[in-house]
Amino acid sequence: MSLFTFFNRKGSAPAARERLQILLAHERVNIGGQSDLVTLLREEILAVVAKHVTIDPEKVTVTMDRGDNVSTLEVDIEIPLHAEKKKAA
Amino acid sequence: MAKVIVVTSGKGGVGKTTSTAALGAALAQRGEKTVVIDFDVGLRNLDLVMGAERRVVYDLVNVIQGDAKLPQALIRDKRVETLFLLPASQTRDKDALTTEGVETVMETLKRHFDWIICDSPAGIERGATLAMRHADAAVIVTNPEVSSVRDSDRIIGLLDSKTLKAENGERMEKHLLLTRYDPVRAARGDMLKVDDVLEILSIPLLGIIPESMEVLRASNLGTPVTLADKSSAPALAYEQAARRLAGEIIPVTIPGERRSILAKMFGRRAA
Repeated sequence: MSLFTFFNRKGSAPAARERLQILLAHERVNIGGQSDLVTLLREEILAVVAKHVTIDPEKVTVTMDRGDNVSTLEVDIEIPLHAEKKKAA
Repeated sequence: MAKVIVVTSGKGGVGKTTSTAALGAALAQRGEKTVVIDFDVGLRNLDLVMGAERRVVYDLVNVIQGDAKLPQALIRDKRVETLFLLPASQTRDKDALTTEGVETVMETLKRHFDWIICDSPAGIERGATLAMRHADAAVIVTNPEVSSVRDSDRIIGLLDSKTLKAENGERMEKHLLLTRYDPVRAARGDMLKVDDVLEILSIPLLGIIPESMEVLRASNLGTPVTLADKSSAPALAYEQAARRLAGEIIPVTIPGERRSILAKMFGRRAA
């Protein structure tokens, strides 16, 4: 333990408490059987895009960050220039 | 070629997840590409100990069921760029893991990683047997305490019978990792001695991790112990254990033995 950490020690419990609160707030929604909003949006966005172009699953990157007040969802889909346009059903 | 390690114990709460995170981070810091996999479907915690719980998008079950590709489910660590996490599903049950599915995932990972560390769930059910199935080596996490030693012995039996290595007539490499070792109680004679545990289980010692506040602090913060305070006793012990796992020969020091003359005198007098 360095001197710096010794004097800056306010304990790690508040951090643990905060992490758990955020995590559980998101997880409790999930346990009821339905997905939380971020997951639902992710699935629907992918479904909408897939309706129009054939998505190569290898070319899709999805990142999420479940926050306290704000969550972020980032969906990165590579659509080739000559992507085959699907006929609307 | 990748080396597959299972971190297992039989008994719960002995430090499998902590050890998986600490060893995985230590190996990745050597510059070797490492993935840690949570096999505890329904009760995942490796994501929390690694500090990646807010970033889980897809999990092992999604990959097995074809809902996501493996690269999409892998979460890259923000501190060590050669470290990855494959989380377990929190909403499914253990039957969602299939033998074939796990095999496909392991075969793919083997082509891309140097180390694959499987965090086994407690118990001897499906999740635990699938976690150990593809292992080249096992780290058996044991506390110096009777029920933990007994469960470890049971797990050693399973490693020698229910794994691919065993089925092919090969020998499973086994290592004992003694965790929550308390030098004060050991000196007082109230804790099983290292030699006692080694003699009973008769497998080689990978390391001794002292009981420490640093372990709790690190999990509170979501940091593997080996990435938190690197000079702390458990971080050093895990770092050395990782190097031994990688084949280096480093003698094991028993915590508290350096100041042992006084401690032993007082220890004996108290006993």
